[in-house]
Amino acid sequence: MKRTPLYDEHVRLGGKMVEFAGWEMPVQYSGVIQEHQNVRERVGLFDVSHMGEIWVSGPNAEAALQHLACNNVASLYDGKAQYSAILNENGGVIDDIIIYRFNKELYLLCVNASNAEKDFEWLCSKNPTDARIENASAEYGQIAVQGPRAMELLAPLLKGPAFASLKPFHFIEAELLGSKVIVARTGYTGEDGVEIFVKTERTADLWRLLLEHGASYGVLPCGLGARDSLRLEAAYPLHGHELAEDVPALESGLGWIVKFDKGEFIGRKALAVIKEKGQARKLVGFELDEAGIARQGDTLADTGSQIGVITSGTKTPTVNKALGMAFIRADLAAPGTKVSAVVRGRSISAHVVALPFYKRPSGKAA
Amino acid sequence: MEFPSELKYTKEHEWVRMEGDTAVVGITEFAQSELGDLVFVDLPAVGKSVAQHGTMCVVESTKAASDVYSPLAGTVSAVNETLSADPGLINRTPYTEGWIVKLSGVSKAEVDSLMSAEEYKKHLGK
Repeated sequence: MKRTPLYDEHVRLGGKMVEFAGWEMPVQYSGVIQEHQNVRERVGLFDVSHMGEIWVSGPNAEAALQHLACNNVASLYDGKAQYSAILNENGGVIDDIIIYRFNKELYLLCVNASNAEKDFEWLCSKNPTDARIENASAEYGQIAVQGPRAMELLAPLLKGPAFASLKPFHFIEAELLGSKVIVARTGYTGEDGVEIFVKTERTADLWRLLLEHGASYGVLPCGLGARDSLRLEAAYPLHGHELAEDVPALESGLGWIVKFDKGEFIGRKALAVIKEKGQARKLVGFELDEAGIARQGDTLADTGSQIGVITSGTKTPTVNKALGMAFIRADLAAPGTKVSAVVRGRSISAHVVALPFYKRPSGKAA
Repeated sequence: MEFPSELKYTKEHEWVRMEGDTAVVGITEFAQSELGDLVFVDLPAVGKSVAQHGTMCVVESTKAASDVYSPLAGTVSAVNETLSADPGLINRTPYTEGWIVKLSGVSKAEVDSLMSAEEYKKHLGK
């Protein structure tokens, strides 16, 4: 099993280590509920070093990414980040990614840990240009600082106007502990905050600095358990749950990043057909109306017949309801529609709800 | 970790406390710490018959659902309804307020065959 540069830190902090996507990662330290709430109310620190980093560079980098990813890379400018996806020819999702534009000839792709190798091979084999593609995953650790106090915590460490004016989905190159880092105002929790890319050998130093300096802001280290419940409340899709190679991106709720008018890209033809004919299924949110919890793999039913499959579900700490996301027959996707969740053979009343389940209060920073 | 000596234990990390002829059943401190914060307990119906080592109920953390096995054959005579509102009782006080069910009609021989606290600690390697 692979270990991140923070493995020893997790063990020292009492993190409960589990296998995730081939990595030995902390699922929790103090407890999922406490960690989750701390991110909603104060700030949490996540080791996301298992995520992959891929560079795409050269005069044809933009042209390559226009073909290899579904969002419109041409709308980026230097210092801007964009949520996008790598699709296969059927429009299925190989991975969802964030693309960071350093300049017109240099882009960083942040990809999911479990898909990094697969993505890299796919990108290389489908690259229609001479753009250079490099897998730099081993060179970077990554730490996410998330929560309403995240920017406040970081301000004394990242002095200067560039950080002070850093907007959501933008990034800067900065110096921390004498080492070059990339600070992106992105995240996966539904809260404000940043993700910091740091050289592998400096990752543990940065983690310790953030914990020590962050103590007065109420920072807590957080594991994958809280990361999952936080992203579910924010209705961010997760590969292997909402996103899959055999589910077209439009059904996964990624329609907003599929830019048909930007020109040809992998998956466009198949998705254009679905768009024309209408999609059979939709990704929706649901809440249970009776006691219980419905999880991935459980089904949704309407008067006995199956109408959907649950992709993620649990009882989440902030919303404090048993909720989840599911693929459902498109004609039953309207919020308010009454359905049943079938859990261990038992039928539980539920209804379709609009996503997300949680939105941070507008007073709570950007 | 605490394992009260007056309780009996199973390999699957349940405990039993005899109150007269009634067996009070819960899960151990070790079990709750492995499961993490519980957010739901799927309690059985009162009157349900359970087999020894058969599924008695399901406890759920944010991450997963886990079966709790009945340490004894018997009939569910009461369930801890307060767990519906506060499943975290199992995490905080697994041997007292966090009890899960009471069983009637249990066999004394089955109770005697369960592990003592010392044996359970050994089983855990502690």
